[in-house]
Parts: sequence; C-alpha cells; structure tokens
Amino acid sequence: MKRREWLATAASLSSLAALGGLAGCASAPLRGTGDLGAVIGRANGTLYIVDTSTRALLGAVEGLGDLSHASVVYSRDGLFAYVFGRDGALTRVNLLEQRITHRVMQAGNSIGGAISADGTLVAAQNYTPGGIKVFDARTLELLADVPAAYAPGKLSRVVGLVDLPGRRFAYSLFDADAIWVTDCSDPRHPVTQKFEGIGRQPYDALVTPNGRHYIAGLFGEDGLAMIDLWADQPTVRRILGGYGKGQQPLPVYKMPHLRGWAVAGRHAYLPAIGRHEVLVVDTESWAEVARIPVAGQPVFVMARPDGGQVWVNFSVPDYHRVQVIDTRNQAVIRTLEPGKAVLHMEFTPRGEAVWISSRDDNRVSVIDTRSMATLARLDVPAPSGIFFTSRAARMGF
Amino acid sequence: MLRFSAVLSALLLGPVLALAQSAPDALRSRELVRMVRQDCGSCHGMRLTGGLGPALTREAMADFPLDSLVAVIFHGRPGTPMPPWKAMLSEDEARWIALRLQQGFPQEFPSGDPK
Repeated sequence: MKRREWLATAASLSSLAALGGLAGCASAPLRGTGDLGAVIGRANGTLYIVDTSTRALLGAVEGLGDLSHASVVYSRDGLFAYVFGRDGALTRVNLLEQRITHRVMQAGNSIGGAISADGTLVAAQNYTPGGIKVFDARTLELLADVPAAYAPGKLSRVVGLVDLPGRRFAYSLFDADAIWVTDCSDPRHPVTQKFEGIGRQPYDALVTPNGRHYIAGLFGEDGLAMIDLWADQPTVRRILGGYGKGQQPLPVYKMPHLRGWAVAGRHAYLPAIGRHEVLVVDTESWAEVARIPVAGQPVFVMARPDGGQVWVNFSVPDYHRVQVIDTRNQAVIRTLEPGKAVLHMEFTPRGEAVWISSRDDNRVSVIDTRSMATLARLDVPAPSGIFFTSRAARMGF
Repeated sequence: MLRFSAVLSALLLGPVLALAQSAPDALRSRELVRMVRQDCGSCHGMRLTGGLGPALTREAMADFPLDSLVAVIFHGRPGTPMPPWKAMLSEDEARWIALRLQQGFPQEFPSGDPK
C-alpha cells in the first residue's frame, strides 16, 4: 500500500516535471544573455560568467586549460562562448547552464579566433602549426584546415584573424609579410586570396565596423598595411608610413592589440609600436590627424561604443595606469589607476560603464565612463580578457 | 696536500660563491619568477610553451649556450620582437633567469618562497 502510494506520488511528480519541461524550465527563471559576459581566469583555466546589469559574478566554468592570452567569440544568439586557449584548445561553453558543451584540441599553440557573420563557422588562428582551422559552430567538427604555408616546409604564425561578410575570414602571416582572405562559402573547399609583401611582421589586425577596411599593424616597420575590401580589385596600401620618423623605438615588452574598437566616428585610434603615443588617422582620407602622447606603450586603444572617448592601457612597466582620451579635442582627460597589471578593458554594450581587469590585484573594476566613479569591484583570480555577449552582433569581434 | 685541497675547493666553490653573491634575495626571486611567468609569458606563454616567442621549456633551453641566453634576455634580439630587458633587470638577474630556464623554470607560488 505504502509502495503503491509512493509510486503514485513519483508518477505525478514526474508528470509535473514533464509539464514543467514543456512550459520552460521549472527550476531556473527564463532569462536572456544580452547582458552577460565572460572573464578569463588566466592562471587557473577558468571562465568566469558575469552579469553586467547586476555587476555580479554568476558562476565559474573550470577545466579550460592554458588560458594565457585566451580570447572569446559568441554565437549569434549569445548563448555560447567559444574560448580559444593558448594550448590549442577550442571550448564551447553554454553561458546559462554554465557548462562545457564541446571541446577540441585543435592545435599545439593558438592565439584566438573568429565566428562567421551567419554564425555557422568558427575559425581558429594558430601559431603551431601555423594556419587557420574552421569548425562547425554547433559541433566543433573540423571543416577546413588552411596551413599558412609560405615557403616549402614553412608555416607562418597567424595573427589578426577577423570575420568578413560572406563566410570569409581575413588574417595576417607574421612570418610571411602577407595577408590572406579565405572564402569558406563551401567550407570543405576553402578558396584563399593572398596579398604578398604587405610590410614587415604584421602583429595583429582589425576590420573596420563596416567591414570595408582590413588594417594590419606592422612590428617590423613604422606604419600599417590596409586593404579596401570593397574595391573591385583589392590591393594593399600603406597608411601612417614612417610614423617614427627614424627615431629609435623603445623596447616593446608587449605586442599591442587591434580590433574594430579602434574606430570612433570618422577617426581610427591606433597604438604606436615602441612609442608612448596613440596615432589618429582619418578613415576617409587615411591621412594622419594627430599623435596623442600617453603614459606608456599602448596595448589596447578602445573607443567607447558611442565614439566619445578612447580608453588606453599600457604594457609593463606602466600597466597600473589607464588613460582616457576625449575624441573632441584628442586630449587625455583622465589618468586612472584601477589596480596592478591592467590587462584588458571591455565596455558594456552602450558604453555607460567599462570593466577593467587588474591581474595582480585579482580584481575586475567596473567604472562609470562619465563620472569615472568605481561602481563595483569583483574578486576574480588573475583576470585577463573580458568579453561581453554584445560582441556577437559586431563584425570583427 | 693542504694546498692542493685549497686550490681544489676554490675551483669547485668559485662558481658557487660567485652565483651566491649575485643571487637575488627571496623577495626579488619571487618577483623574477612572476615576471618571467607573467610578462615574458605574454609572448612565450604562461607555461612557457611558446607563442609569438619560442618555447622556453627546459627541453628547448637545455642546449642553448648559457652566455647567449643571458645576452638575449639582457640585450634582446634585434630584428625579432624579443626586447632587451636591461631596463628591468641586472645582468646577474638575467643570468639567474637563464640558469633556471635551463633547469626547468620554477612555478609561481602566491605565498612563500618559490621552490
């Protein structure tokens, strides 16, 4: 009798659970992911999931391997984070369930990735073996392997990978002074267009927010290489050539990073290599507009989404500072010291706040970009990259 | 015989003493380990398995002549992204780092001495 009662109860419980499943999730309330993001815990291989509305840590996903220099792109629906680890791992994480759904070791040494505009393809850029690999975004099945072979038996380290419209990816070959554009409209049969002799040692690159200009920064010479992708016959041209004007550059302790965040209004703000300067270039004429002296060698030069401010962080030994440039008069208006070893910054989708990671203070600071007040501090062990889901909607992110 | 021993111990201990005199103290050692793992790590990887810069693992470093390694750390390698670190290190500290790279570089310990 007792057993029968128990069975009956169990049966009604399971049908309730089934109903709950039909109606949605019975245990966790429905929520979107538009205000979520991820912070890389570089020392412990952990992805910390954050909520930018409540400025809180929601959870942690462990077991992602070597996350030094890790980066993240997002699925179009903002549910999945694709994490590219230094050790060559590509991991797909469900942000709401806070768990790993897929993980592949796709290379020996990796530096980042991109997702196609239609959300179907994820591409990884690799140092070892040099090249890109393209995966099915749902399953992480390998679809295309494009070795960056530039001479017999020689593979270049690949940098500056971005998505372009039409299931294409553009990237730069550090060792081959080249830019390649790979069309993956038929991902099992990729077609690559190669631009040679673009300038010495491209170290990173960006695509402008409209997808028109691909710009590679050069380590081996003063200047940047730019391609107008809207041209009928795209060619490479030099911009900001000879910006150092023969002066001896300072030692470069850390390579700067380039992304579409460089563009504020009609100007692009770019880090000078080996100089304590931010270079400003007009994106219509591609002429130099200004050079802004800053507190160290810039690593990230990031425009607030509205383009009104540009925030700059620096390489060691000046990485305890962050400076804010007012884009109306190209002047530094504020120097902040949010913590030791600032590694990264990320704006909330509309830029009312910026999140800043301070590796050596084990802290992420949330700062109001108008009042410059610190709105919150989150304890995160050795935080580095910060990536919000709003990247899902931006080309080149 | 006594003289021979003195010469022998001088020969044996000489390099050890030289190293001991120039060895950074515990605090500075921790800073150096952290610097290599974190700041050198931005190009060579936090686990020193390589990145834009080559791997600095014991296997990769073992056959590299010690003096050359010290020189690369201290003066950089022109034509490559390897910068000179002499603004942040003494030459003795560069040697201390080079020796440890060849032995397998210590892990970082958040508290206490590196082991």
